[in-house]
Parts: sequence; C-alpha cells; structure tokens
Amino acid sequence: MSLLKVDNISVSYGAIQALRGCSLRVDEGEIVTLIGGNGAGKSTMLRTISGLLKPKQGTIEFEGKPIQGGPPHLIAQSGLVHVPEGRGIFANLTVAENLSLGAYSRSDHDQIRKDREQALDLFPRVRERLKQAAGTLSGGEQQMVAIARALLARPKLLMLDEPSLGLAPQVVQTIFQVIREINKTGTTILLVEQNAAMALKVAHRAYVIEVGSIEMEGPAADLASSDEVRKAYLGAH
Amino acid sequence: MSDFAQTLITAIAIGSLYALIALGYTMVYGILKFINFAHSDIVVLGAWSSYTLASRILPKLGLNPHNPESVPPIWVAAVVLLAAMVFCGAVGFTIERLAYRPLRRAPRLNVLITAIGVSLLLQNVGQLDYVFGASPQKMPPLLPSWELASFTFGEGETARRLVIGLVDVVIFATATSLMLMMQYLVFHTKLGVAMRAVSFNTDTAALMGIPVDRVVSFTFVLGSTLAAAAGFLYVMKYPGMNQPAHTIWVLLGLKAFVAAVIGGIGNVRGAVLGGFVIAFVEQFGAFYISTNYRDVYVFTLLIVILLVKPSGLLGSPLREKV
Repeated sequence: MSLLKVDNISVSYGAIQALRGCSLRVDEGEIVTLIGGNGAGKSTMLRTISGLLKPKQGTIEFEGKPIQGGPPHLIAQSGLVHVPEGRGIFANLTVAENLSLGAYSRSDHDQIRKDREQALDLFPRVRERLKQAAGTLSGGEQQMVAIARALLARPKLLMLDEPSLGLAPQVVQTIFQVIREINKTGTTILLVEQNAAMALKVAHRAYVIEVGSIEMEGPAADLASSDEVRKAYLGAH
Repeated sequence: MSDFAQTLITAIAIGSLYALIALGYTMVYGILKFINFAHSDIVVLGAWSSYTLASRILPKLGLNPHNPESVPPIWVAAVVLLAAMVFCGAVGFTIERLAYRPLRRAPRLNVLITAIGVSLLLQNVGQLDYVFGASPQKMPPLLPSWELASFTFGEGETARRLVIGLVDVVIFATATSLMLMMQYLVFHTKLGVAMRAVSFNTDTAALMGIPVDRVVSFTFVLGSTLAAAAGFLYVMKYPGMNQPAHTIWVLLGLKAFVAAVIGGIGNVRGAVLGGFVIAFVEQFGAFYISTNYRDVYVFTLLIVILLVKPSGLLGSPLREKV
C-alpha cells in the first residue's frame, strides 16, 4: 500500500486552474521527486497535500485515510510534514525556538531532546547558532534549520519544496547529502525541485509536471536518460 | 516639587492602564493584522460589569453601595476583578468566533469594517435599559481610601501635600503583575512561541501542527481579560462612570490605541512603553501647560512619531516582500 496516494486532484486559484486531474503516489521508504518548470504547479501540489489549499476534486490518502482539504495542523500532526518553499523560517524567533516548533504537538520530552541532538548532528552549523534570531542566518543555514525542524516532527513523509533554491552549489551538495541520509534512516521523502539534475540523482522515482498536469513518470534513472527530460530540464541539446 | 511628584504618580498609574489596553490592540494586530476597534468597548464592558457585580454583591454583605464610607473586605475587589476578567474573556472569545473568524480569508478592510460594527453593537447594546442603561453611575468603593504615604512641602498657606493613595499603588501593582505574566507567557512558554509563530506566518505555523484558530482565540481571550482589568482599575481611580457610549470611553480606547502605534504596533514591549509615554505626555502637559489640551498633546505626539519613525519606537520597519 502506498504511503501517500494523490488521485485525480484539481486545484484552482480563482479562475486560474493550477492543477488538472493530477495523480501520484509515494511508497514507504522511497524518495520521489516532482520536477517541472516555474509555475508548473509543483508547490500547489504540496500545498494541497498538506491542507493549505483545498482541491476542487479528487482525493488524497495518507496511510489509507482521506486527508484532502483537512485542517493543515492535523495533517502535520499525522506525520505528513511539509517544508514550504522559501523555507518557512520564523525570522522573529530564535533558531532554538524554531526547532522547538517542529516538536509542537509532541510531549515526549526525553525523546524530543534525543531527536534534537540527532538533527543538530546532521547540521553542526545550526548548533552554533541556536540562540540567534533565525532571520539573521544565511539562506543555506535557514534551509538547514527548516529541515532539522521538520525532522523534530518525526515525519513519516517529509515533503521538501525546492530545498536548493537560491543556495550556493556547495550548500546544495550538503543539503542533498542530508536528504539521502534522512531517507536511509527510514523517512520517506517527496521532493519538489527545479534543479532536475540533482533531484533525479537522489530520487528513486520521479514525476514530471507541466502546466498543471503530470506528463511523465517512472524510475528516476530512466527519466534522467530520456531525451525529452534531458532537453527540457537537464540542459542537453 | 510636590505637584511634580503627584503628577508623576498619576502618570505612572494611568500609564499602566494605557499599557494594559494597548497590549490587546497590539497582540491582535500582531496576529491578524487588523485593528480590533471593538477592543475599547471591552474596556467599557469590564468597567460596567464590575459596577453591576459590585452593586449586587455589596447589599448582600449588608453594605450600602451608595455610601462612600462603607468599604467591603478586600476580597470583594479581587472577586469583582476576576469575574469581570472572566466575563470579558468569554465575550472576546465569542466576538472572535462569530464576527472575525468567518472573515479569516477575507480582505483586511472587511475585517476592519466588521470591527467597527462590533464596536457600535457593543456600545448600543450597553446603553439598553436592561443592560447597563444610558445614565452615568457611581462605582461603589471597593478599596479603602487609605493614604499610604503623605508628605507636606512648604508651610503655612503655600503648603502642598503629596499623597500616595492605595488606589494608585493597586493600579500599578495589578497592571504590572498582569503585564509581567503576559511577558512570561509570550516569551517563555510553548504557547507564546506558537503565538509569535502565528503572527509571523499563519500558514507556516499551521504546517508545524499549531492549531492556528485556537491560538487566535486564546489571543482574543488574553487581550480581553487585560482590557477588563484595565476597565476595573480605571473606575477604581475615577468612580464617576460615564454611560457606556460616552466620548470619555472612546477617548480612553483611542489613546491606548495611539500608545500601541507609538510603541510600534505588533510589538508587545512597545505597547507597554507607548502606554507610559502617552500618560506622561498627557499628565505633564495637562499640569504644565493646560488641562484643556490634554488630548491634543497625545495626538500631537502621535503625529510627530508617525513623521519621524512611522514604525513606532520599538517597531521594526515593514519590509515589502518582492
């Protein structure tokens, strides 16, 4: 059974239809990536899954239970954790407070402390900045805080929206390495990226979305070698 | 000297009331980004419900509410204050639930207009005969009229007395402890972190599993209880109660709003600072220049601040996102 199953959903912003009958699934243990250009509907897809947007039609099942249009805080509490585009850092809070919000709905304080240590081990640079206001961090550090914070929610499925956006190539490498590590420890990942080359390298399976509909899907390696994808997203001629 | 000190004492007492009210404006603005114009009416509600309760309790204790000499035991004041806070908290909760929550995704202007509507509703319902009525009343004394300290300056005909009354101390102590509790709540508890997160970005806060609606409700309840306390303390100091829709009340709320703006709207510490600044300007202006223009000083200061530092004393400038 799939961990997440999106079936035939359509979403509109007023008169503009952002998603038309899209379906995708994420199985347990996978890294699945959704690639596509600007405005293709990638973020809309994640925002709909996490309950920030309500689909006009279609169903979304998480662990076999329908969640479409449900209140986002309950969806997050059920283990479907979304790191939004632009990182969603609370710039007015300290890094430590940002991290504590990841564990907002948990009350197992000892385990939270352990998880926090683990998350900080992944990002040693974040540890040095715990008392700083999160808004003063660099883009890369903010992305690290956002991912560490998401891990504190003990996600069953972690959805990352453009984690490489606006980051230096070296930092992108670090982030993607951590994504792999997180996946190895058993967390399923749905990754939305414009950086198709990197995304297809780490993912097991991939979907290509264009102007609101899923155009291709398959194993990441197959898509990476397909002519269409190489032309459109990998810069090959 | 004694006049200066007396003005100082009044300014501190009144300043703490402005600060209490300003906190409600600033917290709601911080989270929902609109000015809750009905907030000043919660202050009035706090004052008038205190009056209603006190004038019912006192006869039961064998005291005459209209006799300024008959002061009840101190617990009566505490009970009345708490009851007013609980009642106004419940009203604040209801207002948010019925009037503002359905407009959560609506343009800010709609919410603002609704707030004005709620304010008019409260004012007019308050004037109904079977609610508070449209005539002024006198708040029965709940605190003994003790002079905690009194100093005499000068001699003979020019002698001046400086009096520190129990009322001023109670106002300052109650307001300060409520504000300290609130500071602790906002800056040192999980709920406070959640409130600040919601005020920064509602959607992202929801993604953290924070029940945003509940946090908003709580903010209204908190602001309303502080407003109720301010209303109660205000009529302890000035027992002559104007009718619920009187300009005096409107001005009280308006000045507290100005305090929030001067301190930097959305900033909790700024609201407290603004409250005291306003009271000092108002009281010292009234004393040294003329009492007739006490409102003018406050609003002049507002204009100056808006010209010099539009984001307020402690506010951070609004950055437009590109």
